[in-house]
Amino acid sequence: MADGLVQTEGSQAVAQAVARCRPEVICAYPISPQTHIVEGLSALVKTGDLAPCEFVNVESEFAAMSVAIGASAAGARAYTATASQGLLYMTEALYNAAGLGLPIVMTVANRAIGAPINIWNDHSDSMSQRDSGWIQLYVESNQEAVDVHVQAFKLAEQLSLPVMVCMDGFILTHAYERVELPTQGQVDRFLPPFVPRQVLDPADPVTIGAMVGPEAFTEVKYLGHLKQMQALDRIPEIAAGFEQEFGRTSGGLLHHYRTHDAHTVIVALGSVLGTVQDVVDELRGDDVRVGCLGIRTFRPWPADEVRAALGAAQRVVVLEKALSAGIGGIVSQNVITALQGTGADVRTAIAGLGGRPITKVSLRSLFDDALADRLQRLTFVDLDRSLVDRELERMLHSRGSGPHAENMLRDLGAVAAGPV
Amino acid sequence: MFEIRIHGRGGQGVVTAAELLSVSAFDEGRFAQAFPSFGSERTGAPVASFCRIDDRPIRSREPVTEPDALIIVDPTLLRQVDVFGGAGADAYILINTTRSLDELGLDRLRGRGLQPERLRTVPATELARRHVGRPLPNAALLGGFAALTGVVSLDAVIGAIRARFAGQTGEANAAAATEAYEILERPPEPEVRALISAPAEVFHG
Repeated sequence: MADGLVQTEGSQAVAQAVARCRPEVICAYPISPQTHIVEGLSALVKTGDLAPCEFVNVESEFAAMSVAIGASAAGARAYTATASQGLLYMTEALYNAAGLGLPIVMTVANRAIGAPINIWNDHSDSMSQRDSGWIQLYVESNQEAVDVHVQAFKLAEQLSLPVMVCMDGFILTHAYERVELPTQGQVDRFLPPFVPRQVLDPADPVTIGAMVGPEAFTEVKYLGHLKQMQALDRIPEIAAGFEQEFGRTSGGLLHHYRTHDAHTVIVALGSVLGTVQDVVDELRGDDVRVGCLGIRTFRPWPADEVRAALGAAQRVVVLEKALSAGIGGIVSQNVITALQGTGADVRTAIAGLGGRPITKVSLRSLFDDALADRLQRLTFVDLDRSLVDRELERMLHSRGSGPHAENMLRDLGAVAAGPV
Repeated sequence: MFEIRIHGRGGQGVVTAAELLSVSAFDEGRFAQAFPSFGSERTGAPVASFCRIDDRPIRSREPVTEPDALIIVDPTLLRQVDVFGGAGADAYILINTTRSLDELGLDRLRGRGLQPERLRTVPATELARRHVGRPLPNAALLGGFAALTGVVSLDAVIGAIRARFAGQTGEANAAAATEAYEILERPPEPEVRALISAPAEVFHG
């Protein structure tokens, strides 16, 4: 694919950007909606356009992360990509990659988690791994996906920490849009060769992964936290360096959109930010002081920056594509922590689960409710409450009311598996 | 902003059509976004894809709910899916069929105030069979779309087709697109005018 401006699929653009970062080992197991990315990379390895690089087909996501760990420990720049159940399947290895301080870069093509099984987008997968020790960066467009992957390798290797680049599955991975691809020369100037902090070398044998008891476990873990907190300084520095080399702003901790004098601010992550910004502009046209704060870095959590951005707002609505059953929002818990003592009123709106579109009409109505102080602490955007009520009714009337998902699909007239 | 919604069935290349359209617009220096609908992924199931074209960057990622143009790849969907949902009176509608609008049962479009020159059919599958040897109507529909709307040029459509399909396949699809373009450049059949100008009834589409 040519350098410069192209109209292409998000996944192909990311594959090109990753290839220009010269990964030496790519291990992958296919899962929608991530598959096109590693397909693109495997094609580049096969043609020799990406060399030297070993593409390892593995038998599972657990193996994918394990191979990445081994490759990284041996001093290779390692990359993989996954989504949804695949991310969950590699959970144990994720914690090891972070705990060992291995600078692996992984794309998460965000997708819902079953059950019920669903291949479409939300943030349940990466949000479930927010405590794994990985840095988590969320992108809002395919241009940002390209740019942030280039930055991610630099960040990971500077800190010796793994980095997840989270991009909305299908909405971004399968969207065709204009993207400026970096040239190899630009990337080479920006991203120096990988110099590992620790390396497994038969000529100079060491062990990595010692058992650590109570005498130092806290300290090793604390170091992981400290490195994450260092990332709060490194991420803006790297974004500034990127702007200098590539001439465009991408990445960083937060994206402020008309927040400076906003009384009401929606906080969100990922691809929904563009739609929110359009709605903000509409409302600003009516002289309503609203804004939008994009969280680009979720781990580490930029608490001071979030507080500075939102501290003057009266109302904050956190729009979340993930649900923590039993409490509600995940991002909002972090926002509330950052805003302690400011008096800002924080509400949570759960939206876009399992690929449900987040429309401008719904967002407008969310803003209207917020502005009129009608929003509950926890709101489910576009929830079909009658569908839930019908199932509750069935459960009340019969102990053997059967599986929820199938019952509810039948109510909708949709086809579900099982007896009809 | 010009918004297009394409309706077809899984396996008919509905997503590819939106992508090619976005490439055509990009090649003409415009901003464009194409993406699939999120629903059933099965071959044969009703699917939709979307394309937005604008002179400035496109930020919104919601599905197209109020299309400026509709491309109906599979006319059997007309009775199954609300393909016309959200389309305004001045929308362009292009239907892949060899049948007449009356035969398609489109009298429900009566009274919608549609402009007759914007509701057109094209035998895209037939053109594809003839030029490409396979019933893949996308290229012809995009050629027809270029003639019907003028939003992208035939040259840009052909450029996008050739960039996607190498060699003879690309040329055959380009020929199908060109013939569809020529068909759609001609004025609509009188029956369309009769249909559109018929007395208004409640629209149920």
